[in-house]
Amino acid sequence: MKILVGIKRVVDYNVRVRVLPDGSGVDTDGVKMSVNPFDEIALEAALRIREAGQAEEVIVVSIGGDECQQQLRTGLAMGADRAIQVQTGARLQPLNLAQAFMKIIERESPGLVILGKQAIDDDNSQTGQMLAALWDRPQATFVSKIALSGSTATVTREVDSGLETVEVDLPAVVTVDLRLNEPRFVKLPDIMKAKRKPLDVLPLDALGVAVDSNVRISRFAPPAQRARGVMVGDAAQLVQELRNRGLV
Amino acid sequence: MSEREIMEYDVVVVGAGPAGLSCAIRLKQCKPELTVAVIEKSSEIGAHILSGAVIEPGPLDRLLPGWRDDPPPVCIPVERDEIWLLSRSGRRRLPTPPQQKNHGNFIVSLGAMCGWLAQRAEALGVDVFPGYAASGIRFTGDGAVGGVIIGDMGVGRDGQPKDSYVQGIEIHARVTVFGEGVRGHLSKQLIRRFELDRDADPQTYGIGMKELWRVQPGKSQPGLVQHTAGWPLDSHTYGGSFIYHLDKDRIALGFVCGLDYQDPDFVPFEAFQQFKHHPMVRALLEGGEILSAGARAITEGGYQSLPKTEMPGALLVGDCAGTLNVPKIKGTHQAMKSGMLAAEHIAETGAAEGFDAKLRASEVVRELYKVRNIRPAFYKGFWRGFIRAAIETVTAGKLPTTLKVHADDTALRKRAGYTAPDRRWVERDLPPRDRLASVYFAATAHDEDQPVHLQILQPDICATRCVEEYGNPCTRFCPANVYEMVEGTSGRALQINAANCVHCKTCDIKDPYQIINWVTPEGGSGPNYQNM
Amino acid sequence: MSRILIIGEHDGRALSIATAKCVSCAKAIGGGDIDIAVFGNGLDGIAAEAAALESVARVIAVNAPHLGAPVAANWAPEAVALAGGYSHILGASSTLGRDLMPRIAALLGVNQVSDIMEVAGPYAFKRPIYAGNAIVDVECAEERTVVATVRAASWPAAAAGGAGAVEQRAASGTAAAHTRYIGLASEGGERPDLQSATRVVSGGRALGSEENFKLIYSLADRLGAGVGASRAAVDAGYCPNDMQVGQTGKIIAPDLYIAVGISGAIQHITGIKDAGTIVAINKDSEAPIFEVADIGLVGDLFQIIPELERLLGE
Repeated sequence: MKILVGIKRVVDYNVRVRVLPDGSGVDTDGVKMSVNPFDEIALEAALRIREAGQAEEVIVVSIGGDECQQQLRTGLAMGADRAIQVQTGARLQPLNLAQAFMKIIERESPGLVILGKQAIDDDNSQTGQMLAALWDRPQATFVSKIALSGSTATVTREVDSGLETVEVDLPAVVTVDLRLNEPRFVKLPDIMKAKRKPLDVLPLDALGVAVDSNVRISRFAPPAQRARGVMVGDAAQLVQELRNRGLV
Repeated sequence: MSEREIMEYDVVVVGAGPAGLSCAIRLKQCKPELTVAVIEKSSEIGAHILSGAVIEPGPLDRLLPGWRDDPPPVCIPVERDEIWLLSRSGRRRLPTPPQQKNHGNFIVSLGAMCGWLAQRAEALGVDVFPGYAASGIRFTGDGAVGGVIIGDMGVGRDGQPKDSYVQGIEIHARVTVFGEGVRGHLSKQLIRRFELDRDADPQTYGIGMKELWRVQPGKSQPGLVQHTAGWPLDSHTYGGSFIYHLDKDRIALGFVCGLDYQDPDFVPFEAFQQFKHHPMVRALLEGGEILSAGARAITEGGYQSLPKTEMPGALLVGDCAGTLNVPKIKGTHQAMKSGMLAAEHIAETGAAEGFDAKLRASEVVRELYKVRNIRPAFYKGFWRGFIRAAIETVTAGKLPTTLKVHADDTALRKRAGYTAPDRRWVERDLPPRDRLASVYFAATAHDEDQPVHLQILQPDICATRCVEEYGNPCTRFCPANVYEMVEGTSGRALQINAANCVHCKTCDIKDPYQIINWVTPEGGSGPNYQNM
Repeated sequence: MSRILIIGEHDGRALSIATAKCVSCAKAIGGGDIDIAVFGNGLDGIAAEAAALESVARVIAVNAPHLGAPVAANWAPEAVALAGGYSHILGASSTLGRDLMPRIAALLGVNQVSDIMEVAGPYAFKRPIYAGNAIVDVECAEERTVVATVRAASWPAAAAGGAGAVEQRAASGTAAAHTRYIGLASEGGERPDLQSATRVVSGGRALGSEENFKLIYSLADRLGAGVGASRAAVDAGYCPNDMQVGQTGKIIAPDLYIAVGISGAIQHITGIKDAGTIVAINKDSEAPIFEVADIGLVGDLFQIIPELERLLGE
């Protein structure tokens, strides 16, 4: 079985993100870019499945400009066998991303597609679910445990009220949550090996995906600053205040 | 634990600062067939680089002719110099000494410039590896340096491997170039092992603290280079400030305190914050926002403190050895020159031997020699230093005497019998409010589940002798609030907030008992400076 | 004129408060009818609850055995079958909503707006990105259906007092064979999970010992709240690492956050900046936490906390 893992190039999670003064976007000038942390977890999950003998090939896929090849090479250094860049200069919304990914699925026929549950830049948490819809296959989202058995996967999902167990037939889309695993570090020699692994570039228009979206971001702003509130004199006043606000 | 995997290179460079990167580039220029690797502990090239910085472009012109057509991302030609002597509420303009005339120089972000240098190195075929820390030295059978050992990653606080564990490899190289910067932890070991400082004075240091601000439009005058001395320091504490005006409404400002200060209760971070509240500086900063903050030690010993820079199989370049020119407050051109010289030497001879003599005969050391007495002149206080400095400048260092340089860890006075000067410091309201808030802007990150990288060699001293004699000065000189004395169930004890560390090395330097040993944490840990 | 369909959320026994929050958002979008669709197996009580929310015109209840568990592959086609005629389809930004709504959006051929914080117009919204470090204005094309999730912490629950009609409808699809819901291991009994709790009480180093932390646990239990801690308290060994709230711990957004003996270093504030209401109790009036707390009380926590607990019990 092949496993496709989607990885996204995002602003590193350590960066103090700042909105540009003119509101046109976030300042990414000279800023460190990395693989989306959830995608690293997704890749780690795929690698472990392959190492357990339950898959033959792990392919990392990224959709974007040539800069994302840096992240694909990181994926190869971690242990992926092959990389595919869907080349586009446009900033795609989740539906187009899912459509592009679908084209890769049609080419590769994977048994499993593993994505991070969300990207830490857009925080959308949509692409995996949309992909599952387009593919008409199961979606197992926010997964913190995966066990494969033949052509089914039993997953544990982290939901608001606890841990949900779901069984899905492969092929399926899985999106991963933080507690699934701790991704491995890359060994230096593997960085060198990664340079020789195949990285295919497929232009988006050659795949036949039209770029459009009914949703558009028009402006960026910094968050509202929290300000000093009211001071109360004692516990009784505090309880009164909380009751007035309907909080207790 | 299995035997480590090995990678082999002709030359391995430890540290992707200006010295290391210049060396790597020059090596490939001189002898393209050499295999060269640069390893760097920060997660990205430049993430641990903190400097003013006004640089002299000479070495860049030599190393990368044509660089001016494709300059580093932050690079502003100097327009004007100003030197100010500050009092608590006033200021007096001083004439600009020749070492501070910056016509033809550039204000840069050294971190951004290192990223830019790294790209050029990679284009020449250098393998640059950020995120990997050299944690040990590999010695060959005959006791020569034969490369370095990369630190294990994914080790828990208890020393046990975690899920993500990866054993560090060994990098074998015919020559290892150490460009770790000030008080490198491996250079420290090498200097001791090979007695490289036997014929030198102790190294002496300063702590440099810096903030990058975006100020209100119109306040920054791009190309303006300002330096101050005087308030908020007293006349027996060496130091001063810099304010470099960049583009896009950005200002880089910082403060250096000589680490030979005497007052055990002195807080260098506080001096920096006080300086920002001087009317001249406050006017610039008011209404602005902090973009980044951090700290790093600098070397101040110059000529007298320069150790031997070669040993079997290895060399020291840049501030690992201590090539910074103190009166110019510039080390980058020196670091680059020393790196390039090392490269030329290695390309020519294939070995470390002979490098030290070449360095001492070069313009790098000639420059240090000329200004060798200026910093030590200030041991007798500001005004006597100022006068001696003027004399040394006028005589271009040709006077026959050479003042001795003293160590920093012995300079601290014990609390008993010491009275600190009246500092006349003010109430503060500009951000950051304290060191913890400042550390936030350094974006420093350490996986908390890893061994603590600040080793206290005799921990019982803290709550017994040190608290009595000096009042635990580590809780004050660390700019990142790493050290705290906390009340525990069994009395007061030292708590080490290792995750706050910004890798400045001040603690390793200034601790009066010399029991703090800084070692490298897991690769990729530490500050994430941007444009610093 | 907007016509809004909310996909209701429930646990088989009661309607989730998240749905009531979607109603508030729907009201802000304005326009015409607000309907709620509920999918499940045995929905009478839930449908009635939904119909009793103010401003709700109609509740469409789709009962079928295969809809009993919230499997997106089963619920999404039902939503799509009902979607005709609605300009907006909303769900909560809960794990259920986040799992389900994008599948609906893709089946309708549209993108989704995630985590609506504010409504600027029927087709204009504000939402957080970069973990709330930037807020973006989003515009939706008016000729396509708007599919969106509603950010719980940004909206009040709509009150009861409505009198909507309940319609029963048959399921339009059958069970997706490829997905089987096995079960839910609830975290019930114990305290709510820190990451998802709507109320959290956190303790700082001022508690002084692991033993003293029981004051925090006790108050939390009185409030049905989750329990957190500052980095300083964790470093001092008063509680385990997974309770840490802040930049290097958990980033949470409960409706109510009570910080006890926490100074409010910026690293901690980063973890709670999106909380609904922040209450701070600290004996140092200069503590930075008071600069961001909505309600502040300066005093001795060892007296205040037991007193609070007593008063809340009344």
